[in-house]
Amino acid sequence: MSYTRRSKDELAARVAQDIPEGATVNLGIGQPTLVANHIPASREVLLHSENGILGMGPAPAKGQEDYDLINAGKQPVTLLPGGAYFHHADSFAMMRGGHLDICVLGAFQVSATGDLANWHTGEADAIPAVGGAMDLAIGAKQTWVMMDLLTKQGQSKLVEACTYPLTGIACVKRVYTDLATLACTPEGLQVIDMVEGLSLEELTALIGLPIQAA
Amino acid sequence: MINKFVSSVAEALADTADGSTVLIGGFGTAGIPDELIDGLIAQGARDLTVVNNNAGNADLGMAALLKTGRVRKIICSFPRQADSYVFDGLYRAGKLELELVPQGNLAERIRAAGAGIGGFFTPTGYGTELAKNADGSLKETREINGRMYVYETPIHADLALIKAERGDRWGNLTYRKAARNFGPIMAMAARKTVATVHEQVALGEMDPETVVTPGIFVQAVVKIDRVATQAGGIKA
Repeated sequence: MSYTRRSKDELAARVAQDIPEGATVNLGIGQPTLVANHIPASREVLLHSENGILGMGPAPAKGQEDYDLINAGKQPVTLLPGGAYFHHADSFAMMRGGHLDICVLGAFQVSATGDLANWHTGEADAIPAVGGAMDLAIGAKQTWVMMDLLTKQGQSKLVEACTYPLTGIACVKRVYTDLATLACTPEGLQVIDMVEGLSLEELTALIGLPIQAA
Repeated sequence: MINKFVSSVAEALADTADGSTVLIGGFGTAGIPDELIDGLIAQGARDLTVVNNNAGNADLGMAALLKTGRVRKIICSFPRQADSYVFDGLYRAGKLELELVPQGNLAERIRAAGAGIGGFFTPTGYGTELAKNADGSLKETREINGRMYVYETPIHADLALIKAERGDRWGNLTYRKAARNFGPIMAMAARKTVATVHEQVALGEMDPETVVTPGIFVQAVVKIDRVATQAGGIKA
């Protein structure tokens, strides 16, 4: 049977579907930022930005940008009524202290038991930069990863053990990919859903690791 | 009479010594004390250790400071940017030492210094490359309530350069929106904190319920006109 990969927007919508009313959420820079566009207006979700914003709103209209009001990716944003500003130590206390419900991050690799590698390729000449990735990975009550399942070369980014430098150990609860959603557990991977037409056998072959049925 | 307002950036920074550790506020376009960085370049202190979230963009501000060759070491969380070529070049040439710190550990190490804490155990970075010392040895770790933590030390500084919005002559400060970022904690962690403000107000004009940085953490305040640049906050 044939199957179609989730587009970036479909993947963002799939993640958004699992964010409950009332949740406090940090969306990592890059692809996870898209998730905000798919949270229904009827569902009240508080967005946290590591640089010191809770209750972050969408991008401002053209010409209304205020460069004192930016997100972690340094793009202009807005503040919703009820939103608050705070300094960096408080902002990271919200993460490390377990006050955030969910954070959504991108990844180079995730291990079956939830180790995350998303900050450094480890190449000798690469300039390392970590930002808030390590704090986010271990801080939120639930860390979710959103990524393509396979690299451009067709290798699974879900692995037995990460070969890239680690961001955090056993911190990822769920991985949302273009082909399937999986849970990382101490016992390994568990499938939550798959795109239509994809079988568990095919998914297992792509990942190359045992996967428990839901 | 206590009056922390000084008439110029040059006067505020005149006593900066060679070898100083300097905290510089700002994140992205918000809260960067551009005038104070330019002032530090003009003042000429050398052999500096600079602490900032990033390592400069393009050729201005932090990048210009790095370009002078007077910075020995930078402590930051995210040096690599699309236009961080000044840093990239110096780092690759081995002319600039980098201590890379997860952003929350960076903030907490600064806060710890200001609060008189001799370090702390944090779960952030445990089991990663950043839980190692500069010589490659592992940082101290401890299991607390079944979870593993890494010991991190405070970052004390000689000087903090921060951008605030409003200040009075006792040094009480408020900030503007997300430009607050590192300002309040950096102000606490340095022996001398110099803040710029766009509005100078009389004592009592600031609502005491909303003072963000109490004046005890601030040694000098310079009023700077608001400039209509990207990093200046409000666009013209």
